[in-house]
Amino acid sequence: MLNHLNRRTMLAGSLVLGASALTLPRMAFAAAPGTRNLLFVLLRGAADGMAMLAPVGDPGLAALRGPMLADYDGAVQLGSFFAVHPALAEIGKAAAAGEALFIHAAATAYRDRSHFDAQNLLETGGTVPYGVRDGWLNRLAGLVNESAGGDQVRALAIAPSVPLVLRGDAPVSNYAPSALPQASEDLMARVSQLYGDDNELGGLWARALETRAMAGDDGLNNLRDARAAGELAGSLMQGPQGARIAMIELGGWDTHANQRGGFARSARGLDALIAAYRAAMGDAWGNTLVVAATEFGRTVRLNGTGGTDHGTAGAALVMGGGVKGGRVIADWPGLGVSQLFQSRDLAPTTALESVLAGAVAEHLRLDPAVTMARLFPGRTASPLAGIIRS
Amino acid sequence: MTPASIALNRFGYGIAASGAAPKDPRKSLLDQLDRYDPAPAGIAARTDASANIGETLRLLRDLRRDTREVVGMTAQDPMMDDMTRGDARDAALANLPPELQGKVAEARGVLAQDIALRVNIAVTSTAPLMERLVHFWANHFSVSVGKLGTQVAVGDHEFTAIRPHVLGRFGAMAEAAALHPAMLLYLDQFQSVGPNSPAQQRRAARGGDRPDEQGPRGLNENLAREILELHTLGVGGGYSQADVTEFARALTGWTVPGIGRADRFGEKQPSGAMFVAVAHEPGARRVLGRSYKAGTADQARVILRDLAAHPATARHVATKLARHFAGDTPPPALVARLEADFLRTGGDLASLTRTLIAAPEVWVSGPVKFRTPFEWLVAALRLTGANTLPPRRIVAALTQLGQVPWRAPSPAGYDDIAASWAGPDALLRRVELAEQLARDARVDDVAARAEAAFPGTLSDATRTQIARAESGRQALALLLVSPDMLRR
Repeated sequence: MLNHLNRRTMLAGSLVLGASALTLPRMAFAAAPGTRNLLFVLLRGAADGMAMLAPVGDPGLAALRGPMLADYDGAVQLGSFFAVHPALAEIGKAAAAGEALFIHAAATAYRDRSHFDAQNLLETGGTVPYGVRDGWLNRLAGLVNESAGGDQVRALAIAPSVPLVLRGDAPVSNYAPSALPQASEDLMARVSQLYGDDNELGGLWARALETRAMAGDDGLNNLRDARAAGELAGSLMQGPQGARIAMIELGGWDTHANQRGGFARSARGLDALIAAYRAAMGDAWGNTLVVAATEFGRTVRLNGTGGTDHGTAGAALVMGGGVKGGRVIADWPGLGVSQLFQSRDLAPTTALESVLAGAVAEHLRLDPAVTMARLFPGRTASPLAGIIRS
Repeated sequence: MTPASIALNRFGYGIAASGAAPKDPRKSLLDQLDRYDPAPAGIAARTDASANIGETLRLLRDLRRDTREVVGMTAQDPMMDDMTRGDARDAALANLPPELQGKVAEARGVLAQDIALRVNIAVTSTAPLMERLVHFWANHFSVSVGKLGTQVAVGDHEFTAIRPHVLGRFGAMAEAAALHPAMLLYLDQFQSVGPNSPAQQRRAARGGDRPDEQGPRGLNENLAREILELHTLGVGGGYSQADVTEFARALTGWTVPGIGRADRFGEKQPSGAMFVAVAHEPGARRVLGRSYKAGTADQARVILRDLAAHPATARHVATKLARHFAGDTPPPALVARLEADFLRTGGDLASLTRTLIAAPEVWVSGPVKFRTPFEWLVAALRLTGANTLPPRRIVAALTQLGQVPWRAPSPAGYDDIAASWAGPDALLRRVELAEQLARDARVDDVAARAEAAFPGTLSDATRTQIARAESGRQALALLLVSPDMLRR
């Protein structure tokens, strides 16, 4: 049978439907993993929250970021205090239209300044680096699977390999456009037999075939074009056989020098990606949530090379058809020297984990407390409430 | 796995097309230490474009600026696609004088040439364990082509700062690698200037930058932090933010040749870097509780030497080596022996290598590791005897596999654990590439070559599929993606 393997048939044969979740009594407010979409955008390299969403109403800003303030003339304002970076034009419009919100002065439990440790924490959801081995997005998939009574939600990394945040016990797949010619059907079938008795390779292979079939001929060679990557993400999350939980990474945020141009370039990429994804989701946008977060913020002052160094609190973005947007959630700590964390960073006043847990739980109709405990064990903060319109 | 297969695959890059299984596996590895050639002919013959890295950097910077002008501040236009940008770059390039056009083309070609050279040295090597160590250390002191100008320097970094030291002292390698121009560029050190340095004081007195000087300048902590965190002590190695800042001050003045007036005021260093005394932060420094007297280039060098000999560094290096050869979760007893060896010998890397070869933890029947894309490609090229692929094809293959040398996503280098590489899509790409490689290779007698490549250890599944294959070409493709080939 494998000699006549038809990849599309194979995919259809293992469809994941979440309807049975409704019959599970212990999840009182019914999970429906078959219809709701979640895209997590991981901003690697510490995106500067102070640039993303500038606190223009803070009297301390001019002294810290004077050379960059002109960028915000005419920018979308959220209230009188915050202005969205102009390179985030589409996101700014969505915020103004009530479909996006920012959380500011947020940070994970991490308080040092290593990208790698901080990303480890942001991805594992632990409280110390390397303390937890799997990723919180994978545990979320596990939670959804349990609430769906055995059905498995499709979870997908749109990346050349599966990033830590999505690694773990729940089955996941990954996909990135390739310039390689497809292997012949016959070789593919024989590889299926070759891996038949190998648990690790057999599982990886089956998921690879499913995802490749979903992507079809995407016409892309890589993920470098942010807009095309956003469209691809949308196409991989279409219809009942599409992924319901997906993630994608964007780099280029580590702006130690000449931040003004570098940040704008990366921000334009993020903006193009999310705008294209939103358009590609079409009618499903109403059931879709995008969350973008980074490992930590950056120093509030510019350094000697026109950039910023590793800091602490930063901003996160939540956007989607059901988001109660048009606002900023922040317990603003202030920019006065005595208000800064270690006299150099924006002080963290909101746990980023409570933002992530609150947003995904409300969106996926999961119990927020259970979600918080499972995704971010060891964090005592309550999951943030009221992100999604009820 | 049998000891012969372990010597070939876990320690090396797999059997060569013309090779045979070692009769005495341990001795075959020890012999490689004597046979190692730090400077094969290909390296001496290559175009070295790194001599004046600053000039190249300036040229590329100008080109980038001109490109933007051609497109009319395209930076404002998110919808501009790669095609338009490429056209603009070509237009800007066409406006350059011919001799500069040649230099830009050269800078582009150097990288592909260096990547192919690295691969082909490993593919043809009779000391593959040594090549594995070269690549291990190059990844430890990872430089990446993300930043302008680095593309002409990353190959030189490995060839001149890593290769000569893989059997030498860790401290000597640390100095050569962390203070090489490629690293100074990659981690922003080249533009770090002491806030109280004579250069900065004069600039302040003048009332700011002269028009011919690019951008603001001051202290940048990036290199200091990564040396502490990644190259020496490691995370949790007991350093503070104050140590980072102090070390960063000591490093001011270290820059690359050809930038600004570095060549006129600077002093050439053995690593190829320039030290510009007037940009150096004056005064004594205190790092990890130890005082360092005011000085010049030596101040940072002495600090680095102490960091390289620190017990935390011994543990960090021992852990990474054990992970690379004995498994994703490094056996604690092996880590402890390597650490003790490092401290006893003052970081003698030849001694560490011999300790690894002697370690029972590395000879467990396994397999203990999933081959990274680079390891897999080199092993596949050795097995198929493909040592004349054009640079373009080698770079394309590594790009599709997701592990181009000197393009790691962060200064931490590429991951060295299976979870990062054993993904569904990654597997599919190896299958696709295997079919391409098999198309051009010698495909006779695949069954016998499979037995030779994995002596005494070839799996039944692989043997069966090779026997059933419809052609020698298909049999070879299946061997290349077999479980035996994917793991070591």
